[in-house]
Amino acid sequence: MDTSIRSTVGKSEQRIDTVEKATGRVRYVGDYAVPGMLYAKLVTSTEAHANIKAIDTTEAWKVPGVRAIVTGEVFPFHIGPILADRPPLAFEKVRYYGEPVAIVVADHEHQGKLAASLVKVEYEQLPVVNSVKQAFETGAPLVHTDSGQYMKIISDVYPVPGTNIGSHIKIRKGDFGTAWAACAETVTATYSFNLSDHAALETRSTRVEINPAGKVIVHSCTQSPFTIKKVLNQFFSIEVGNIMVHVPLVGGAFGGKGTIQLEPLAYLASKAVGGKMVKLQFEREEDMRTAPCHIGFDATIKLGVDKGGKLLAGQYTFLIDSGAYTDQAAGITRAAALDCTGPYDIPNVWCDSYCMYTNHPFATSFRGYGHPELTFAVERTMDQLARKLNMDPIQLRLLNCIKPGDTTPTQSVLTASNIGDVEKCMLRAKEIIEWDKGERIEVGTEIVRSKGISMIWKTSTTATNAQAGAVLIFEADGTVNVNCAAIELGQGTKTILGQIAAETLKMGMDKIHVTMEVNTQYDPHQWRTVASSTTFLAGQAVLAAAKDAITQLKKTAAIVLQCAEEDLDVGGGRVYLKPDPSHGVDFKDIALGYTFPNGHAIGGQVVGVGKHIQRHLTPMDKETGFGKPGPWWSVGAQAVEVEWNERDYTYKIVKAVTVLDGGTIINPMTATQQMRGGMYMGLSFASTESFIFNEQGVMQNPDLRNYQLLRFGEQPAEYLVDFIETPSADGPYGARGIGEYGVIGMAAALANSLSVAAQVELNELPLIPEFIWRTKKEGGK
Amino acid sequence: MIISNGITKSIIQLHVNGETHDTVIRSADTLLHTLREQLGLTGAKKACGNGDCGACTVLVNGESMHSCLSLAIEAVNQPITTIEGLLDSPIQKAFIENWAIQCGYCTPGFIVNTHALITKHPNAGDEVIEEWLQSNLCRCTGYQEIMAAVRTVCNSSQLRTPPTNE
Repeated sequence: MDTSIRSTVGKSEQRIDTVEKATGRVRYVGDYAVPGMLYAKLVTSTEAHANIKAIDTTEAWKVPGVRAIVTGEVFPFHIGPILADRPPLAFEKVRYYGEPVAIVVADHEHQGKLAASLVKVEYEQLPVVNSVKQAFETGAPLVHTDSGQYMKIISDVYPVPGTNIGSHIKIRKGDFGTAWAACAETVTATYSFNLSDHAALETRSTRVEINPAGKVIVHSCTQSPFTIKKVLNQFFSIEVGNIMVHVPLVGGAFGGKGTIQLEPLAYLASKAVGGKMVKLQFEREEDMRTAPCHIGFDATIKLGVDKGGKLLAGQYTFLIDSGAYTDQAAGITRAAALDCTGPYDIPNVWCDSYCMYTNHPFATSFRGYGHPELTFAVERTMDQLARKLNMDPIQLRLLNCIKPGDTTPTQSVLTASNIGDVEKCMLRAKEIIEWDKGERIEVGTEIVRSKGISMIWKTSTTATNAQAGAVLIFEADGTVNVNCAAIELGQGTKTILGQIAAETLKMGMDKIHVTMEVNTQYDPHQWRTVASSTTFLAGQAVLAAAKDAITQLKKTAAIVLQCAEEDLDVGGGRVYLKPDPSHGVDFKDIALGYTFPNGHAIGGQVVGVGKHIQRHLTPMDKETGFGKPGPWWSVGAQAVEVEWNERDYTYKIVKAVTVLDGGTIINPMTATQQMRGGMYMGLSFASTESFIFNEQGVMQNPDLRNYQLLRFGEQPAEYLVDFIETPSADGPYGARGIGEYGVIGMAAALANSLSVAAQVELNELPLIPEFIWRTKKEGGK
Repeated sequence: MIISNGITKSIIQLHVNGETHDTVIRSADTLLHTLREQLGLTGAKKACGNGDCGACTVLVNGESMHSCLSLAIEAVNQPITTIEGLLDSPIQKAFIENWAIQCGYCTPGFIVNTHALITKHPNAGDEVIEEWLQSNLCRCTGYQEIMAAVRTVCNSSQLRTPPTNE
């Protein structure tokens, strides 16, 4: 690793996207309109589970401006990222309230909306599966009667036909049964929470046209432009090269824009009107009930220790509410299994992680990909175990925390490079939250101040061949354009990639221009912008491209300066002789090749190309889970302090703490932004957010008035963030991923602090005062 | 002025950011829709269409308004200020300097609403700021950065007044 003094990496450079954003002049995908563009509006299911008997479009066609009405018969096939089990437009059957049933295409949005409301769908109701518990029961109504027939897109998915199990992932490490019998103390606890929403401020939006030559042009606010190409190729038989995807800046995503839902619908809509450009933008209500959401989760965890408190055995049963289709929930089922223990060294592990079909909206990736959920269950169990052992919860965690030399549940061996230092993180978090001043303090007649902690870990379960590429194109003035397919969705990735380019080329950030928009035709392939993987994958690609550019610069400069390439170095926008830096040539004089005084020219434009692909990742063994699912584990410790009112059960969040070891931090302030925002999101989800379904499976709160997010003023009074930087040997400048981590331990830390305050075990979310009151009244569970 | 109902359209004048524009509207067109679709002022966003998130906030006669809940016709003869009319405002600088911007989608609404706040309450304390900005949602930041940005402008007098009749 390069250990020389760094000029840009490690510095809080101002984000390169905020000046435009502050003026409101950035155009997101829904901000573009083209004359002649048509608008698509969806007809969505009013039933959670029903057969479609008939669709009557007569009245809808009478609305002026209606150009097409598309129903499921046009494409009676199944698509999906892991298991192809979802018809993009319901066909014969609907499986959730809000599911797309028909598309109306009209000249104006209001015409489409009116016409959509006039499409009459006749349903024959079917029994509704309204919870994972119900779904798991023997004899439960089946959401999918033929799941054994579905095509597997990724190998690690195992539906169980004749049940509602969309996938079953197993971890078998050591000998759980024998170890469990030998434990001196054990604890068993169950956890539950319902589905919820990403609630990115920008609702999902796309526009698609099919040009006369057969090219499909997609504009979308997606995290996965190359997956759109893959899906349109795989299921719609369009040549990969004939699909162009454009992605401008994205208005928040949080995993919710990683999967593909709107683009195939807009493609079918465009096809129905002769390839004209069709825009499909979800209204908030559709974004909440029709688009994929955050999983629901039920878990049972058993932990056993020896006399000294050392963990010997852990058993984990996860029931993941994936809703009507598996989508990314099948991958989350796997991710939750492979990191099921949390950052603890446990020799005997048994995990059954089930992806369960229900008649809820289907779930997809949500910041943390199964980890905020498993961490809530694991860290609550650790606190309950500590109480049983009469041990300090931090001491129990430090005694058991995972270290280099240990193995993960899938038996991946951890090294000083592929895992951060979770012990150091915990000790620092302990200091910041002032743990030693007391875990529970009564500060007034009715007010209790209490603290809760959580340790966190996560690997990035990317595709085993996940990759990114970058192209650095030099301008005539010696400045550099950075092009790659990393999506800017608010996380600051373009700034980070610019810093990596600047550092490697030893140039100032003001000489680096990072292309904000992504175009799949110009930008090299990138797996996706998900899984906290972009700094790592695209960062390595940019680093490699910068090195390639340096080689080219030196080659031309060596001729100009009449020396060997080895004699040269770069810095300050020039190539110079190492022994005599005053002797050199400016980038601007060689960026487009060098022209001698007599007119002869050499070299040509400097265009640096770089790429990076994951190394040595494998799928998991079906029976034991054995395998190497991710490149590294970032780890951390989080804490929350609350002020809880004993009388009315309300609370204020006083402090939220994150100490993360994500390797080298490229930009401390953007990293801090990610931690704060992640903590906010985790606290909001844990304290107030949940979809509510009635007995018929109909969502009762698909809007931002009845679905509560934490509002301005309800955030913690203080966010405290620190980083431990144990470098990763194969990350750019030692960096690992950090994007999702702020969210992971917040539900756990909040529930731990409130459980201490109320002196009752709070094992469900969201932690609304009424739930705390009821649990306390029932004497706890 | 005659506003035809529903099917046919009418021409109205809107005074936006110090300029007067003719717009062709349906009676049902919201101010947000008209600003975005007819005048290309896309800084105000439709993120909920229900007055729950504040991303569509503009100033009408100096007052913060959810433009998704206002009809265009209601804004006739009133000065309208959108984020595009607040170029180089110290609030924008404060949001940048305090790391209060991530995806940027809620930013115009927050900045416009902050503008109204400091026009009305130039020395607002934390409680007033909190109450005022409760109408705006941000999903990326932790709100604390926005709070920090707003605090810096609440005590500064370098603010330019928006073009209003007040």
